[in-house]
Amino acid sequence: MHKKSITIALAGNPNSGKTTIFNNITGTRQKVGNWPGVTVEKKEGSVSKYGHDLKIIDLPGTYSLTPFSIEEIVARDFVIEESPDVVIDIIDASNLERSLYLATQLRELDCKVLFALNMADLATSRGTKIDADKLSELLDVPVVFTIGNKNTGIDSLLKAAIKLAGSKSKISQKRKVKYSNDIENSISKLQIFIEEHIEQTLPYNTRWTTIKLLENDKIVREHIRQKTGNKSLKIFREVETHRKHLLDRFDDDPEIVMTDERYGFIAGIIKEVVTKSKKRRIDTSRNVDLVLTNRFVGFPIFILFIWIMFQTTFVVGSYPMEWLDSGVNWLSTILETSLPDSLFKELLLNGIIAGVGSVIIFLPNILILFLFIAIFEDTGYMARAAFLMDKIMHLIGLHGKSFIPMLMGFGCSVPAIMATRTLESNKDRILTILITPFMSCSAKLPIYILLAGTFFSARAGTVIFLIYITGIILSIITGRLFRSTLFKGADAPFVMELPPYRVPMIKSLIIHMWDRSKMFLKKMGGIILVGSVIVWMLTAFPRNINYSMDYNEEINKINASFTEKQKKAAITKLKLAEQAEKAEKSFMGSIGKAIAPVFAPIGVDWRGSVALLTGFVAKEIVVSTLGILYAAEVTDEPDALKNALLSSEMTSLSALSLMIFVLLYLPCVATIATIRRETGSLKWTLFCIVYSTSIAWAAAFCVYQGGKILGLT
Amino acid sequence: MLLSKMKEGQTGIIVHVGGNGALRRRILEMGLTKGTKIYVEKYAPLKDPLELIIKGYHLSLRVEEAANITVDKLNIVD
Repeated sequence: MHKKSITIALAGNPNSGKTTIFNNITGTRQKVGNWPGVTVEKKEGSVSKYGHDLKIIDLPGTYSLTPFSIEEIVARDFVIEESPDVVIDIIDASNLERSLYLATQLRELDCKVLFALNMADLATSRGTKIDADKLSELLDVPVVFTIGNKNTGIDSLLKAAIKLAGSKSKISQKRKVKYSNDIENSISKLQIFIEEHIEQTLPYNTRWTTIKLLENDKIVREHIRQKTGNKSLKIFREVETHRKHLLDRFDDDPEIVMTDERYGFIAGIIKEVVTKSKKRRIDTSRNVDLVLTNRFVGFPIFILFIWIMFQTTFVVGSYPMEWLDSGVNWLSTILETSLPDSLFKELLLNGIIAGVGSVIIFLPNILILFLFIAIFEDTGYMARAAFLMDKIMHLIGLHGKSFIPMLMGFGCSVPAIMATRTLESNKDRILTILITPFMSCSAKLPIYILLAGTFFSARAGTVIFLIYITGIILSIITGRLFRSTLFKGADAPFVMELPPYRVPMIKSLIIHMWDRSKMFLKKMGGIILVGSVIVWMLTAFPRNINYSMDYNEEINKINASFTEKQKKAAITKLKLAEQAEKAEKSFMGSIGKAIAPVFAPIGVDWRGSVALLTGFVAKEIVVSTLGILYAAEVTDEPDALKNALLSSEMTSLSALSLMIFVLLYLPCVATIATIRRETGSLKWTLFCIVYSTSIAWAAAFCVYQGGKILGLT
Repeated sequence: MLLSKMKEGQTGIIVHVGGNGALRRRILEMGLTKGTKIYVEKYAPLKDPLELIIKGYHLSLRVEEAANITVDKLNIVD
């Protein structure tokens, strides 16, 4: 038997429990992607139930369908363009009045709506009783009770949705918001005018279109313009007349009056369906919040939470990281011994495994970090973090929520940039993405430890601390600069709900965490793979190098003459020298030498240039490249590279300059891929690369030349 | 008086919402319409933003945004 397929869209306010219900319906069979052209997460899932194939689409959580934010545009476009069979509006029962605003907007669209009255148990325990039958009758919409986090009511919800999808009855035009007489007059006159002037049918119902035109809805206007061509001018002129008339009548814009009247309509419904008990109850969430956002302990607790997040991510995460690392090493040792020597083997070992392996070891950190973010978001603490930090972040021209991604930047820019998804305004999101790479990521730390440890020995800690501070100061300057130039205009409003604290559901947390990590693995894997193969090619070619001496013959000579102990040391030395020469004469070495003049003014020689170039793949590689170029074995003898550096031309001043450059210059390939993905724009990605590298060069130049003038070495 | 001048624990009724187009409409859509009762729950530790209780839920606004809202202060202890 062929199953009938039904498309169900889930709409609802943020924090209405929509995601929990979506997870309960679809389980792990979800597809997470982006809505076309925008970086808003799109979740889809399908289940077969009651003889139907149900395709469930989780619309972005919104408070209204007025097209201000990307989320609202995406949600509205889906409902009107794709016309799903049923739209389920998930309503937080303890927040009925505000939730009904979106509901009335959905009712105005010509779609089959079903209300899921979620978490009514919570509302009841807080003394609010809702008469669902009355609500259903007043709005002419089926209402189903659900408790998302206990997985109850989901089956009846789906049954009701299937029944509604199958019902032939025309969508009733009654029971929609009735506006005041003047507005209703304008609506009906304008509606007749539009129907007379447009022969072809409009894509959506005329009443809705008329209302949107009266509200001066930019997107609907554009649709009309495209659909009707020249006639649109006539229509717009008529709309303008009515808008002016209403403006005179109410002394306010029609859209404002209509918003007011919708809430008035809702207030009437609330009066009839809600009964509140007078008894005072303990509001746990409110009491918890009195502590967590308290004037005195709010910040200390916040810092403690962040500290715990960091410690767990990087300290606890370092164990599985080591296991993965030794796994990668084990794999390459196995392949090293089992495969015959060939170019392919070199590509596999030094290119693919070394490159991808260096990124995959971050997976545990990323999983843990995202688990914490999921906990912060699902408990409702994220909104409080923004509430606490907004004053400070606002000084840089950012939203309070930008704090978390920026802070995470100290760990790794990749998840940090992905965390900017929690920001609603696109402007804020891009600005945060642009300044996050200045937060010195943990992969840069080994470089600082090596250089500062070598050249500043006792004061190394202070120097590294100052490097971090430099990054923070430059991010503040950049933020303020961009805010007043590239991102001019009013800041995004902070109008933000502080949802009640909730105990997070394990299932939700895990789905949340895994979705994002999967994205990291998929996308980063591809680009890292290509990037590391390119870098490998540049270091491995050309093959026919004219060595300054015949290393093999020298080794043979040593084998013949020295004692066992001397032999080993001498051979190692020769092998390292051979590697260094090979690197010097590879394409990478040639490029390094070619661009060395650019780095000369900041005190970095060709070896440093090559190291910086390889740092493009991953910052940690800078250290191992320096190791190869200075012919020092990095792992076996930690002091070998230090001694090599000390005896080179590098001075403490040029080391400082190099560290500043590393702090600020172009992010690694994984970060760039993430920036490209999250901004959705090549322009911003290139801008970020150019901007950060120029700032890096300028800052290093000031340090090096300034230091020279001051007579420092 | 302006909402931004209200103190913690005070209650008021919204008289008028001003400000520019998008922000104003956003504020209204979140339920801060004329005649709505609001309770100032608290100010953030750095005195900005502030937290309100309206229509049974908690909402935060920056002080500069709250300065667009005119309220009638009610002398009740809640």
